[in-house]
Amino acid sequence: MAEVALQNLNKNFDEVYAVRDVNLAIHDKEFIVLVGPSGCGKTTTLRMVAGLESISSGRILIDDKVINDLPPMDRDIAMVFQNYALYPHMSVYDNMAFGLKMRKFDRADIGRRVQEAAQILGIEQLLQRKPRQLSGGQRQRVALGRAIVRHPQVFLFDEPLSNLDAKLRVQMRVELKKLHDWLGTTAIYVTHDQVEAMTLGDRVVVMRDGLVQQVGEPLELYNEPANRFVAGFLGSPAMNFATVRVREADGVLWAENNGIRIRVLGQTAGRLRRHAGEQVTMGIRPEDLHLASAADPLELGFDAVIEVVEKLGSEILLDVAVGETTMVASVEPHVRVGVHEKLRLAINPERLHFFDTTSEVVI
Amino acid sequence: MIEGASWRRWVFFYVPLTAFIVGLLFPFYWMVITTVRPDNELYRPWNAPNYAPFWTTHPTLEHIKDLLTETLFTTWLLNTMIIALSATIISLFCGLLAGYALSRLKFPLAGALGTGIFITYLVPQTLLFIPLADIIRNFRLGDSPWALILTYPTFLIPFCTWLMMGYFKSIPKELEECARIDGATRWKAMLFIIFPIAVPGILSAGIFAFTLSWNEFIYALVFLSSPDEKTVPVGVTSELIRGDVFYWGELMAGALLGSIPVAFVYSFFVEHYVASVTGSVKG
Repeated sequence: MAEVALQNLNKNFDEVYAVRDVNLAIHDKEFIVLVGPSGCGKTTTLRMVAGLESISSGRILIDDKVINDLPPMDRDIAMVFQNYALYPHMSVYDNMAFGLKMRKFDRADIGRRVQEAAQILGIEQLLQRKPRQLSGGQRQRVALGRAIVRHPQVFLFDEPLSNLDAKLRVQMRVELKKLHDWLGTTAIYVTHDQVEAMTLGDRVVVMRDGLVQQVGEPLELYNEPANRFVAGFLGSPAMNFATVRVREADGVLWAENNGIRIRVLGQTAGRLRRHAGEQVTMGIRPEDLHLASAADPLELGFDAVIEVVEKLGSEILLDVAVGETTMVASVEPHVRVGVHEKLRLAINPERLHFFDTTSEVVI
Repeated sequence: MIEGASWRRWVFFYVPLTAFIVGLLFPFYWMVITTVRPDNELYRPWNAPNYAPFWTTHPTLEHIKDLLTETLFTTWLLNTMIIALSATIISLFCGLLAGYALSRLKFPLAGALGTGIFITYLVPQTLLFIPLADIIRNFRLGDSPWALILTYPTFLIPFCTWLMMGYFKSIPKELEECARIDGATRWKAMLFIIFPIAVPGILSAGIFAFTLSWNEFIYALVFLSSPDEKTVPVGVTSELIRGDVFYWGELMAGALLGSIPVAFVYSFFVEHYVASVTGSVKG
């Protein structure tokens, strides 16, 4: 049982805020992912939870107990570092046993726990090796093993997969997920990789410039981003944005610019009506664009010129020019198109997003 | 390795290397040959018909025997050993802790302190011995090993501190952070994680400190006066040069025997030493 709460957490160096007013309630057994570009404060937040960074103001609680002033060793947490931080002069066994030795476990118990962790991670045959004799993936497993032998209350992960090659990263990601499901320990995971965040997190916290942008389940963030930053950060290829003017004519709402004229329908229209006559930012994901067929109504599409064709196998990405803006559309792999060709793209009207141009907040 | 025609390899590699090796080893060879050369050969004029400066046909251990029996050389050797070891241990202990603190702990003026320590290292000993002589006299330490055991660290501690600072900085700080999360106090993390990893750095600092104090001349010359308190470099030069009489054979024997411990220390730890200079810690 471990719930972690961050309350009005701040970290500043004089005037510069690395982390600003972070509030977060992490439930027991939850896998929460902090994601954001480098310098967004996610690692600093994690290090404050670990006790490696002092807290400028605010509180951190584990199970309703304030841990602000506890040294790292007394917080009952385990951390996995990006560079693994294996002790190079110790064998794998000693690396994993170190924390238990420091906590004065008896020898038999240490041996049993290390064996158990090694078995879970499939590194039993490596126990006598030194870290330098291991591959990247094996080191990663040892680092995980060192974290799980202690049965801590909270796991902290600081970009643990970013030193692995792409293939291994995907594999370890799955294993991490399984491991968490199996152990059920509360986990805080920091990454700059939005795919990792989406696949691993029960909930995802998107951060920028020390501020929390949005907290929610992965699909919730993907489908209902709170602002333009979240919308653009999650998803690959990223959401397309275009500046449009909202115009109301005979009760019908249009989003227009030089090249686009789209009718806005349903609830979106209701929310957008207040901005009639103003400029807003329209966002649409590449997969919500498709080649228009005869069935698609004229007012839900626009003309585009293909600039680049990226054939990915499972899909084709079309980089197109629409008026003055460029967009990416993801279309079926069997579509035959060429560069400089003109085509008409249709949109999924329920999947349009609009953001305030200045505040960037969703409308 | 140099690529291309074989003449290039000769001109840019073998010839310079050979010149370098010969230049480095010749003084040592000269020391050896003079040590084992009998006196009648040593003082033979250069235009004598059997003059042969680079080898000898009648090697003898007479000079070494003289040195060990007729002079206080063994006492000097013992003095030097005690002084060098004590000064090294003191300096290493202080340098290790200071280096760790300056590279790892955040405290006000840490940077200024580091630079300050470095600057004290730059003050030449030939200037520093004047005020130090006054201090030694005030504390009545003159003519005792303590005069050197306590003054050598004035240049050894800054040296060790800087060497260790550099080495500690090359050790990823995550190792220590991980240890502290694992349940170690800062002190234990230092003792069980950082120091064992820093062994190559500690060894090279120790070797350097030992060599510097073993060879030190000016403090030993100024602070010690009784023959039986002297160190090897001072003892050999002051007792074996009487006015304008140079006891060349004994002098060279003294130099040869005096350099053996240093050579021994170097060769014994050379692997660690090279590791600390050329590479750092990798996960």
